[in-house]
Amino acid sequence: MPLYHTEDQTMLADTVTGFVANEGAIKTQLRRLRDANDPSGYDPNLWKQFAEMGLTGVLLSEADGGLGLGHVEAGIVLREIGRNLTPSPFLATSVIGATALADASDDVKGRYLPGIIAGDTVLALALDEGAKHRPEQIRLKAERAGNGFRLTGRKDFVVYGASADALIVAARTSGGDSDRDGITLFAVPRDAPGIGHNAVRLVDSAMASHVSFDGVQVDGSTVIGDIDGGRVLLERVLNAGRIGAAAELSGVGSGAFAITTGYLKTRKQFGKLIGEFQALQHRAAHLYAELEIADAAVIKAQQLLDGGSEKADVMVSVAKAKATLATNLAVREGVQMHGGVGMTDEYDIGLFMKRDRALAEFLGDASYHADRVATLSGY
Amino acid sequence: MSDLEAFRADIRAWLDGNCPPEMRLPVTDEDDMCWGGRNFVFKNAAQKLWLERCVAKGYTVPDWPQAYGGAGMNAAQAKIWREELARIGGRAPLSSFGIWMLGPALLKFGTEDQKVHYLTQIARGEIRWCQGYSEPGSGSDLVSLQTYGDDRGDHWVVNGQKIWTSYADKADWIFCLVRTDKTNKYQGISFLLFDMTTPGVTTRPIKLISGNSPFCETFFDNVVVPKNQIVGELNRGWDVAKYLLGHEREMISGAGRGDRLNAIGAVINRHGGIDNPVLRAELALFDIDALAFAAMGEKFLDEAKAGKAHPAQPNMMKYAGTELNKRRHELLMAAGGSTALEWDSPDTRGGAASRDWLRTKANSIEGGTSEVMLNVIAKRILDLPGA
Repeated sequence: MPLYHTEDQTMLADTVTGFVANEGAIKTQLRRLRDANDPSGYDPNLWKQFAEMGLTGVLLSEADGGLGLGHVEAGIVLREIGRNLTPSPFLATSVIGATALADASDDVKGRYLPGIIAGDTVLALALDEGAKHRPEQIRLKAERAGNGFRLTGRKDFVVYGASADALIVAARTSGGDSDRDGITLFAVPRDAPGIGHNAVRLVDSAMASHVSFDGVQVDGSTVIGDIDGGRVLLERVLNAGRIGAAAELSGVGSGAFAITTGYLKTRKQFGKLIGEFQALQHRAAHLYAELEIADAAVIKAQQLLDGGSEKADVMVSVAKAKATLATNLAVREGVQMHGGVGMTDEYDIGLFMKRDRALAEFLGDASYHADRVATLSGY
Repeated sequence: MSDLEAFRADIRAWLDGNCPPEMRLPVTDEDDMCWGGRNFVFKNAAQKLWLERCVAKGYTVPDWPQAYGGAGMNAAQAKIWREELARIGGRAPLSSFGIWMLGPALLKFGTEDQKVHYLTQIARGEIRWCQGYSEPGSGSDLVSLQTYGDDRGDHWVVNGQKIWTSYADKADWIFCLVRTDKTNKYQGISFLLFDMTTPGVTTRPIKLISGNSPFCETFFDNVVVPKNQIVGELNRGWDVAKYLLGHEREMISGAGRGDRLNAIGAVINRHGGIDNPVLRAELALFDIDALAFAAMGEKFLDEAKAGKAHPAQPNMMKYAGTELNKRRHELLMAAGGSTALEWDSPDTRGGAASRDWLRTKANSIEGGTSEVMLNVIAKRILDLPGA
């Protein structure tokens, strides 16, 4: 399969590009919600519009009422979300949540999927415990109790956790903190008794929760997949989330690069456009190369995931790391090349820098994924 | 089974039956490759057999038309050929500047007679070509070249000097930029082909920091070149030259060449282990860049075949690919320790690691420096002012 979009994918991209640029623009979404100190961190009306276009169910099978498309298509949506810094529960709900629920019982599916497809329901991933992404260690306990389980522990960096209808929770049902086995995934209603949300605003204006589980009682129907055997499903969910985050990062990088090269073509100093200076030209050209290569890694990983290739694991980490590093360079160069105005809230480039930092951390930073590439490669 | 799946099965079966085991071993260096030409000495019978079998099927140039010695594969088929050859670790049957550089230029600018004559010779590995571009005073500023072809009616008489002519001492023919109008800088250059045995052509190898001499100085002293050996129009050789440079830069970038794209951490780990966490981290970060660039190479080739690539994209590929390759060899040297410093011991295949490392330093100079690549990206892709 050639490493570029098919005709259908190109048509989808054309539609989504216009839609997100119009409806998800920085001024009317990110800045408006931030300046209003909106507690949810996203606009439910825009989520409804995503649903009307079918996008909220992009990864869900047609049998489940979705579009039955893959990570290439989900990535097209995420790239535009990234380019416009649109606050959206799309990654957490339609990519991460949808991948988790694809394996759920009809009961759990029936509870959430129609709402996702209709744009009424939002999900969040409750995985990290602590400030760094370390999914190899899961301590939050789920002990058998009554006709289900009792959850005790805490989760951090639960993006959109306080406004989500349900949390996808990775819990330990047996074994030690670092055991590969003994993991079970649950779909826990946001307001289950015993859950406490400490919602905080992040540097990029998104909302995330520290979530405490104080003996939260859930029944057996909240279990997703196999009890104690959730690691494989968790890895599938993480791959989906990571390549999604990489696609969003590639959009952030592309957006930052576009406004930076635009600035180089309009700002004058010493009687010249600053884009005439070779020192800046070479840095811009180097950055172009890095962003192109990151984009290639992203689409390669998307295709491998969609094709069910065994090479997907390594390539997803390559793509997340490369997109993180390239986009980080794009926002740092972007602020520097803007000079003083790059430090102002009025100019958008700083917003790109903030979003990049949050996405870099989400589901593993470049160091995490470099370590994973080495481990998967056998060294 | 779809047509492409059937095609893949055919290629796979043919490779299984026809690619000799020796030709499935990694290439050790440029000397280990099959370059063809009048004076080429095959390393072994397998190398010769592999070339002959591929020539018979058109597989030395799978996507060239059959009329010119190719197999007439379309883009999807050619990709399958590359994938299946890579799957068994098979070597390219023939490496040649004729395939990588002159061929594409002839396909675009050559007359029908030239295509039939030269391309079929290239496809069969009969003629080894070298490239006469740089001159002592014309490096990055190539268009200032001075080698002059004086019009004598039915032929030119060429005088001047070229430098950095790769393998000129081994080549049979040269494709050469010659000034044919001293009054017009860009539209005063012609693209000529001539035999290196023509009277007045001499070469002198240049000893490099690697101790090897892949490059030469090449001198022209009243060299007679018939008028039918021009490619493209008189004085419009710069158009041919630029087009060819795109292919040269693609070649130097390593896109589509497995040896330039592989991750190295696992290989180094097998040969002695990685006992230092900082080195492991450096290798992991390199492997990320290498695997990402491999995807870039695949994407670039796919887009180029489909006419979707930016025409200046080979400059980005060359810049990124050569900088990556230099970094690869710095890491190989670091991982190799004092063993990698050995210069001529049999145990190190004559100091291959250190000589290869030094050779890569030319990657970001030859065919246009990294700085020139960045200039071109800034101008033609980013459209920055005054670039």
